[in-house]
Order: sequence, then C-alpha cells, then structure tokens
Amino acid sequence: MSNLIKEKQDELKELLPGQHSYTSLDDQIGSLILDNKRHPKVWYLFVAFGFIGANILLMSIAWLVFQGIGIWGNNQPVGWGFDIINFVWWIGIGHAGTLISAVLLLVRQQWRNSINRFAEAMTIFAVMCAGLYPLLHTGRPWVAYWLFPYPNILAMWPQFRSPLIWDVFAVTTYITISALFWFIGLIPDFATMRDKTKHPIASRIWAALALGWRGSAKHWHRYEQAYLILAGLSTPLVLSVHSIVSLDFAVSIVPGWNVTVFPPYFVAGAVFAGFAMVLTFAIPLRKWYGLHDLITDKHLDWMAKIMLTTGLIVFYGYLSEVFYAWYSGVIWEQALIQNRFFGPYAAAFWALWLCNGIIPQILWFPKARKNVVVLFVVSQFISVGMWLERFVIIPMSLHRDYLPSSWGMYTPTFWDFSFFFGTIGFFIMLMFLFFRFVPVINIFEMKDLLFKKLESKEDGHAAPVPVGGKGGE
Amino acid sequence: MPKVEIRPAHAHHHEDSDLLYGVCAEFNAPGDLIRAVEQAREAGFTQMDCFSPFPIHGLSDAMAFHDVKVPYAIFFAGCIGGIVGLSLQYYTAVIDYPMNVGGRPLFSWPSFIPVTYESTILCAGLAAVFGMLAFNGLPKPYHPVFSTPNFGRASQDKFFLCLENHPGFDANKAEEFLKSMNATQVSRVDAEEAGDWTK
Repeated sequence: MSNLIKEKQDELKELLPGQHSYTSLDDQIGSLILDNKRHPKVWYLFVAFGFIGANILLMSIAWLVFQGIGIWGNNQPVGWGFDIINFVWWIGIGHAGTLISAVLLLVRQQWRNSINRFAEAMTIFAVMCAGLYPLLHTGRPWVAYWLFPYPNILAMWPQFRSPLIWDVFAVTTYITISALFWFIGLIPDFATMRDKTKHPIASRIWAALALGWRGSAKHWHRYEQAYLILAGLSTPLVLSVHSIVSLDFAVSIVPGWNVTVFPPYFVAGAVFAGFAMVLTFAIPLRKWYGLHDLITDKHLDWMAKIMLTTGLIVFYGYLSEVFYAWYSGVIWEQALIQNRFFGPYAAAFWALWLCNGIIPQILWFPKARKNVVVLFVVSQFISVGMWLERFVIIPMSLHRDYLPSSWGMYTPTFWDFSFFFGTIGFFIMLMFLFFRFVPVINIFEMKDLLFKKLESKEDGHAAPVPVGGKGGE
Repeated sequence: MPKVEIRPAHAHHHEDSDLLYGVCAEFNAPGDLIRAVEQAREAGFTQMDCFSPFPIHGLSDAMAFHDVKVPYAIFFAGCIGGIVGLSLQYYTAVIDYPMNVGGRPLFSWPSFIPVTYESTILCAGLAAVFGMLAFNGLPKPYHPVFSTPNFGRASQDKFFLCLENHPGFDANKAEEFLKSMNATQVSRVDAEEAGDWTK
C-alpha cells in the first residue's frame, strides 16, 4: 500500500514540478492574457500567416460560390477529391481534443489537466474547418439547410437510411457538444480572469463571459455532475462521429471501401492524427511561453505512447486490408491492392506506409519520446501520413472501380490546394488568437491538482480523486 | 467582480435583519473551510454556502448538499431526445414519405440508430449545460455575496464560508462562531445585490 501512495506522490510531483502556489498558477496562466509582453514576436508572425491563409480561404470560397465546384479537380469517376479528404482529415484531428478532455477524465488520468483546454480548442477549430468542405461540396451552400429535417412546401424529408445524413447529425452534434464542453470548462476561469484583471473593459467582458460565476460550493457540486456526465456522453459521441464518417465509405460497394474494419480503424487514425496535432502545438507553446512546469516531459512522453499505440492499430488496419483482398478472393479487391502497390498513385501509398507505419516506430525508444525535436518531426510525418491515408482511400478507390471503361484519373487543381492551405491558415490564426485571449491551460483544474499535491505532502497520503470524480468517498 | 467595494467589517449594524444577507468568513486553506462547515452545522447553523476557486471534494458532504437534479434532467432529456429522434425518422420514412428502396422494409430501424443516437446525446448534452446553469441560477451578474470584502480572491486563492440570514438567524452568534474558526477575516454582508459589472 505504501508503495502505491509513494507512486501517486511521485506522479503528482512529476505532473506539477516546481514550487507553485494558487496565485503563481493564476499568474503564470493568466498573464498570457493580461501581459502582452509574454507573447514573443513569433506570435505576430503566425497570426499574420494565419490571417493570409484565412483570406485565401475567403477568396477561394467566393470564387467557388460564383463559379461552382467545377473549379475543383473532382470529375467522373472521382466525385470525391480533396474536399472529402480534407473533411475527414480535419475531423480526425479534432478527435484528440475530445479524447483528452472526456476519455482521459473518465479513466481518471490527471495529466490531461494541462493539455485539455487547448486540445478542446483545437477540436472546435478543426471541426469548423472540416464542416466547410461538405458544406461547399453541396455546390449550393446557401441551401444547406435542406439537409435538416424540417417541414417544407416540397413535402420532402431527408433520407435517413443514408450515411451522408447520419454525418450531418453526427458532425453538428459533435461541434455543439464540443463547444459546450469547452465553454463550461472555461466559466470558472473566466471568473478568475474577471477578478484578476484591472482593465475596466476587459473585466466587463470577462464578467459577462463568466455569467456571474461565484465559486459557490453548491454550484461546483452541480457543475461537476454536469461536467462528468458530459464527458461520459462525449466519449461514445467521439467514437460514433468517426465511425459514422467511415460508414460514408463502408456502406458503399466501392472496392477498398466496403470493409468492416473501417470504423475502429478510422477512430484509431483520428486519435493518431489528433495527438500529432496536439504535439505540433504543445511543443512550441511550452517553449515560447515557458510552460515547462505545466506541460512536462512526462506529458509529451504519454502523448507519444498514445500515438505509438494508435499508430500500430492503424498500421494493422492497412495490413488487414491487404489480407482481406487476398482472402476474399474478390478480383476487384485484389486489383485495388495491386493498383495501390503499383498503380499510378503508388508513390502516395508507399509514402503513407513510410509516414504512418515505419517512422512512428522510433517512438518505441524512450530517448526519442523525450526529445522534443524528434517528437515534433514525427508528428509532422504523422499529419502528412494521415492526409495520405485519406488520399489512398478516396481517389485511389474511386478512379478504378468495376468497369475499366469508366476508369479515370484525378488531378487536384490550384483551387483544391488553395482551399487546403486556406483552412490550415484559418486554423493557425484561430489557435494563436486563442493563445492570446483565452486561458490556455485550465486554471481551476491545475489548482485542484496543486491542492492534491500539497495535501499529499502534508498528511502523507495522496488524494487520487480527479476533477469530475465524486469526492468524499 | 471588477470593483469589489471594500467595506470595513462591522460597518453596518442593521436593526432590520432583512437587510442582512449573511455573515461571511475568509479562510486560507480548504481544510479550515471544511472544518468550519462541519462545526457550523453542529452549532446549529442550517443555511450556508461556501465559495472556492476550485471544487473541494468532501465539501458537499460536509454541507449535506446532495442535489441530483442535474443528472435526472440529463437522463430525461436524453430519453426525450432519443424518442423524438426515432419518431421523426419513423414519421418521415414510414408515414409521410414512404420510399421503397430495393424492397426493404419501410421501418428499417438499424439504419435509424445513428441519428437516434446522436439526437439522444445532443439533447442530453444541452440539458447538462443549460440544466446546470438553470439550477445554479446563472447567469446572475449581481449577487449580495460579491460585496464581501476581498471576495475577488474567492476565484483565486481564498476560501469563503457564508452563514446565511434566515428567520431566527443570530448574526452576533454567527460572527462569534466564525471568529473562533481560524478565519482570516469575518464580515457582515448586506442583502442588496452588489457587484454590478456595468458600473
């Protein structure tokens, strides 16, 4: 028993090293908003870069709305191109945020506390980028409300047997719940900012956002109930969203799509890509803002382990696709694999195996997981790899299906790239504005962690109840 | 609140007890707060609330506050969401707009599961957030307790206990009690709603 206590104490020490007090936590996190000097010059650079990207996106949207989706490379037989690739890629990236905030809360992993806030922000921004693509792909985004069931003069209803309509419900539910989860997590921190700031206008903005939160014990009681149950609801939600996205493919009869392994392997891939994106932002963030005390090497190490695990699941998925094709005896499936290995887009396929299958294996080495440069580079490969995965699945299956006479090729146009680059810029802009204007780390959960650390020091036993757990038992 | 009006303790001695919100004490540590709550209940104080920068586990139990409205609201909202979601699909696919797709049954329920599921989660999630806010009486930009001296620290590093006024409440006794509890300061708080963030 005493070993267990010792372990718990060591873990808390590792998660929150240094001599922190409640006030110093407030200062370290809150001053990112209150003190402009804590933002390095590179912040302006990234916001400017993001702003340019966002404008390119706006121009692309304007041209698309004016001209129609013919400006993209989509054709017959490849009806789904960059738009759907990017949709799936972005939505996958979003999944790590929910995983960190909800799943890790439920399994009582306290290390989530210092990364959940910005991972959730990442989720919301990524889903915003994702949602744009199918919306614009409809060709007439101004009548996108036709997707929702509402009584109309045409007396028509959506076809609820179609995975595409499931997608509409899954993605709108997902962004609503993610935004709510993020917002209620922020309410107590907005109250802290309201009470800390001396700026008259800022304090009014915080006061409005905090909704008059006063930290009442009765409020906290209901707050924690709501937060924990919301986490419990988000966990199956996040699994359902990417499963439903994968059913967009798996329910069809296109070779390479009609496989039962898709839902779990899409979910694993989403987590894999999402953690890569979390690391992509966490590593520079903690360096530029001196947050080594809050986002520790231990955090990076654990994220790397999750990437390694989900990467293996994804790679298992790739291998099982090859196996299915051979074992099924279906010539079209076998032709598809042959096309992947040696066809016109074989380079993308082998790059995918390199990025997602081989390079992440370096994370087996503890030294690699502790080296931020290695972690950052591996994360970039994974992001590229997960994009390639969707390229391999979507155009490579569509361009050669059952009838050789209807085969074709897919070439993305300038506008495909401008949309892709545009959403990346938009995402970067939102992330950096978020770093500047919203508490980037959950202040009250860090205080809770600190309280446990102080308490465990005082009376020699750790209090392993995490935020959201029912106390007093 | 942006401008907590600092008033010296005992500045107000109201004869009219209706004008008193309660007697509030400030503590440095959560442990002191929990002890004070437990002993306040033993001393016969029934109405109280605590204010802290983070949730303190065991405090609800110490206050004997066992509210379960939020979980029930979430459960029923989830049930309603699921039923509405499934009924909507049944109505559209079977009654109002029946479409024969390859001879499959009109009520092809397995393909209705995803939307039913999503609408369940959506309604439950909305109930979790808005139910929590509603039962907590938020948003509420003005509240008497905001005029407690130093109350801005309740969201930072201090822990407050407020023994609330009610018929038969003895403010002097409450003050004496709180002073004996290792509080760093004790003050009487007016019932007028303070902390006006628009000022």
